[in-house]
Amino acid sequence: MSNIPSELKYTKSHEWVRIEGDGTATVGISDHAQTLLGDMVFVELPEPGAALEAGEECAVVESVKAASDVYTPLSGKVVAANELLEDAPETVNTDAYNDGWLFRIRLEDEAELKELLDAEAYAELVAEEDH
Amino acid sequence: MNNEPLIFEHSRPGRINRAQSAHLGGDLDDIPDTLRRQRRPGLPEVSELDAVRHYTRLSQKNFSIDTHFYPLGSCTMKYNPRACNTLASLPGFLGQHPLSAVRDSQGILACLWDLQEMLKAVTGMCAVSLTPMAGAQGEFAGVAMIRAYHDARGDDARTEILVPDAAHGTNPATATMCGYSVREIPTDAQGDVDVVALKAAVGPHTAGIMLTNPSTLGVFERRIHEIARIVHQAGGLLYYDGANLNAILGKVKPGDMGFDVIHINLHKTFSTPHGGGGPGSGPVGVSERLHPFIPIPLVGRDDNSAFRWLDEHDLPQSIGRLSAHMGNTGILLRAYVYALMLGREGMVRIADYATLNANYLMARLRAAGFDMALPERRATHEFILTLKHQAKEPGVTAMDFAKRLLDYGFHAPTTYFPLIIPECLLIEPTETESKEALDAFVEAMVAIQAEAEKDVETLKGAPYSLPVRRLDDVQAARELDLRWQANGGMAS
Repeated sequence: MSNIPSELKYTKSHEWVRIEGDGTATVGISDHAQTLLGDMVFVELPEPGAALEAGEECAVVESVKAASDVYTPLSGKVVAANELLEDAPETVNTDAYNDGWLFRIRLEDEAELKELLDAEAYAELVAEEDH
Repeated sequence: MNNEPLIFEHSRPGRINRAQSAHLGGDLDDIPDTLRRQRRPGLPEVSELDAVRHYTRLSQKNFSIDTHFYPLGSCTMKYNPRACNTLASLPGFLGQHPLSAVRDSQGILACLWDLQEMLKAVTGMCAVSLTPMAGAQGEFAGVAMIRAYHDARGDDARTEILVPDAAHGTNPATATMCGYSVREIPTDAQGDVDVVALKAAVGPHTAGIMLTNPSTLGVFERRIHEIARIVHQAGGLLYYDGANLNAILGKVKPGDMGFDVIHINLHKTFSTPHGGGGPGSGPVGVSERLHPFIPIPLVGRDDNSAFRWLDEHDLPQSIGRLSAHMGNTGILLRAYVYALMLGREGMVRIADYATLNANYLMARLRAAGFDMALPERRATHEFILTLKHQAKEPGVTAMDFAKRLLDYGFHAPTTYFPLIIPECLLIEPTETESKEALDAFVEAMVAIQAEAEKDVETLKGAPYSLPVRRLDDVQAARELDLRWQANGGMAS
């Protein structure tokens, strides 16, 4: 069973979002996504300062099986990228929701948050795929 | 002996083979000093026997189509008839220089012309160029022609190529190489392109779509005519990836499906030895509207029916040359002999038996309890088995099965492709395997499943019987180390 923390928001393309309460949000890939992808070998992150549109490809996670695009669920400016992953991409596997975060973004349009899935809806999506 | 040293490590100073034949080289005195090497090249110095043993030992470590069932999905690892190799190696072919006068080259030009005609007939395209030297180059040529077509019409708003999410990774790579952005089109639950999503995606920005049919999911794209109409109506072109042509050879023609350009992997469908980066051959076929842009040279005929090269004078809008001469001519000749031996009737048998073997193997594996990714669809020449339930309980993955199959004497199927199916094995038996070979594979899969249920660790440790055990994929990807240097061993 996948680990799906209830305090986070999710997307259909398996990103998670943590609302930080200071006008920023942190984005990563879900535990389910990292399990499917397998052992990470490279992570390519957006440059801090980059302006992103919701739904845009902005990062790449490459595992021994595949290279996958990560889409930003929210529009805004990137305020930080997780440099730790440059040397230790496996952190995405070992700690997808904490040290394995990918980037942090300054929210531009709070209305976009409503588009995200809650933990329950995301769990349903994962269960459906697992069927 | 598992650890065969590199040929350089067999080297001993001064241990060389001198040719016993007369020295036939010309006078080298007219080569300017600036072009002469100052130091001897760092070649290994070994006896002939050392060299023979070294390479024979390496070959004995290989899984190959000559030694093992090789159901590597999407790769069409079928038997390569010896006659193709023998005839392509006739001294007249081997001694043929690409710059020989055309009047002295009529024989080889006739073979290549014939091959062009056969490929036209079997694909339903209006012209074929044999020059692309691999599938990837054929893809590049195809999309470069799509670009040239739009450019020639001044239609520069077309910036996007559509690619289904089940596609080979080479498709988006090719589109990107040709300066296009890529838009992914989803696949529906039955394995077909999602036509609603396609309709929403096309427009004045659409340069074309790249499709494989049968798709990489091992099923025939049933709405191909509708897809062709949608893309053509939007002003885009259709590119056919020939990866899975083996399934339909002589049965259905990509030209009839509405494709404007196609590449054919001769090394797969026309059975020349491939794999391990060996020489490929990726001819392209075009519809009428792309004909002016076809890569040169082609073989044509003059007024007296003599064969001649067609070049930029004949095709001034051609995208140009992709190799110094005529592509991998040796591979073209092997494919030509293969096509001649089969004839029109034999081509149909390829598709018949490739499909029969795949469906037989799928039915037996399903009866043995394995899950298929698309259980409601008939397979084409290959099918996808998913081990997602085994991955949860007892906790063995597609990779564990693949590695254990090696111990049972089978090359592993393709693993983890297409990406949209979890824990999958893509299995392509090809038409050249016997029922006994297929049955033996089923038995091995059943035995491995039983091992998995008994003790997961058996599979996790596989393979046990090969020169190298389970490799560390992560380290291999992150610390790639391919160079050997004298005195220093491995260097990065």
